[in-house]
Amino acid sequence: MANNNEIRFLNPPTVEVKKKKYCRFKKAGIKYIDYKDPEFLKRFLNEQGKILPRRLTGTSLKYQRKVAQAVKRARHLALLPYVTDLLK
Amino acid sequence: MLKQYETVFILTPVLSEVQMKEAVAKFRDLIVANQGEVVYEEDWGLKKLAYPIQKKTTGFYHLLGFKADPDFIAKLELQYRRDERVIRYLTFAMDKHAIAYAEKKHGPAKEAVPVKEEKPAPKPKKPAVDEDIDIEEED
Repeated sequence: MANNNEIRFLNPPTVEVKKKKYCRFKKAGIKYIDYKDPEFLKRFLNEQGKILPRRLTGTSLKYQRKVAQAVKRARHLALLPYVTDLLK
Repeated sequence: MLKQYETVFILTPVLSEVQMKEAVAKFRDLIVANQGEVVYEEDWGLKKLAYPIQKKTTGFYHLLGFKADPDFIAKLELQYRRDERVIRYLTFAMDKHAIAYAEKKHGPAKEAVPVKEEKPAPKPKKPAVDEDIDIEEED
């Protein structure tokens, strides 16, 4: 009981400082997401070219819909692939 | 009632430069012939496709921003489908943010110039709009 202060952890406890996610479009005041810029849209895709969920990117719902729209337009015009491996 | 649209089409890479220009001119004339108005135009040249379309891996991209009657879009897309040189097309109606973005990129539309001359009078309004459309592509 006296050794209470000497609790040792096998793995050092990670003190997580949660970084707050934010919507980059709201922050930067971007109102229109251009489908013609595949390099920018790639930030919202995973390696297989799938659209990343909001819970990972932090995008607000309003702009997530616009991102999705832009990605789909870019895919239709063969600016982005529909399916792939090792995008980026 | 005219609406603003943007259309992109991909022409097959087998065309020569002259044939490609001719195909573009055909669609441009089609818009003008139907009481439309071409606001801006972009030629992206021969680009690699992200995936093959009709066994082609490259294509000539061409973009037209135009104002036209909504009924005209069906006619335009019919022409796209009939034209064998076009391997892919996309047409969509632009919302106000898209128009603002395009204006920033290409300069204000020619038709908007007389309107713009009026605009300095109600001054508090115009700068407010300008701030709104300030699109910063920081990335």
